[in-house]
Amino acid sequence: MAVEKFPVEGSHIMMFARSIADDNQIYYDAEHAAATELGKVIAPPTFAQSSAQFDPDYFLRPKIGEDWFGSGKEATGIKRESSGGGGGGGGLHAEQHFEYHRHISPGDVLTGTDKPGKTWEKEGKRSGKLVFTESIIEYRDQHGELVITARSVGVRTERPVDQ
Amino acid sequence: MALSAQDLNTGDTYTECLVEDLTRTQIVMYAGASGDYNPIHTDEKFTKEAAGYPSVFAHGMLTMGMTGRMITNYVGDGRLTKYGVRFTSQVWPGDTLNATATVEEVADGLVNLKVETTNQDGVTVLSGYAQARVD
Repeated sequence: MAVEKFPVEGSHIMMFARSIADDNQIYYDAEHAAATELGKVIAPPTFAQSSAQFDPDYFLRPKIGEDWFGSGKEATGIKRESSGGGGGGGGLHAEQHFEYHRHISPGDVLTGTDKPGKTWEKEGKRSGKLVFTESIIEYRDQHGELVITARSVGVRTERPVDQ
Repeated sequence: MALSAQDLNTGDTYTECLVEDLTRTQIVMYAGASGDYNPIHTDEKFTKEAAGYPSVFAHGMLTMGMTGRMITNYVGDGRLTKYGVRFTSQVWPGDTLNATATVEEVADGLVNLKVETTNQDGVTVLSGYAQARVD
């Protein structure tokens, strides 16, 4: 996931905070935030993940005029065989790690550069062969300063995970 | 309010209930805000008939986000320096989640926490760590 321009906006932070059921006013109210140690609204710790909104090619967002693998009349809009079970189009998220060099606020404009990491395999009891893939995204601000380092590990399973 | 190093001891714990009876609508809200519209989280027909799961299930990042709320409520705003997790089991609509942070070490103005989130059956759904600046 490479993101050329991720503008951090107050209304997006508000919606994100609601989506994780966090009513901490540091994410909603600039007046409240002004009276805190930080002095301004910041984003919740996992907010950088929503850079997906600003990735033009992000594959887990339907694109105008293109087939989508979710359901319409049929269970999936893609005619080909599913490429292995366990997550529809994207596999599953196995790990996520963040390092915060500074906390981001409305007005920041970030870029995210993606560096591929390691790939490894493992035999899983509940889902057959597992293929893990790591990726590292470095988020920099409008001054080129590194603000967040994000490392994610995704996993593709041979079949859906047994329940 | 931030934590004070002198008040912290190895083994101290802090627990919050993250959610009771997780709703599909909450998962939809997370999809909309985060931009992760993978239908396995919101599209019951696709998930059952095409992906082969019994129902939609939550984004791992929704659990990580809610667990992050417990951590920031404990350590204070803007204090986190590191936060990482492994997703160890899926989270389903109807689940009730509790998250606990345990103090592992306090040194050099930083606290290291072990983080764990479990469901109503006691199954660990997320395990990880956080590090935060303390006063």
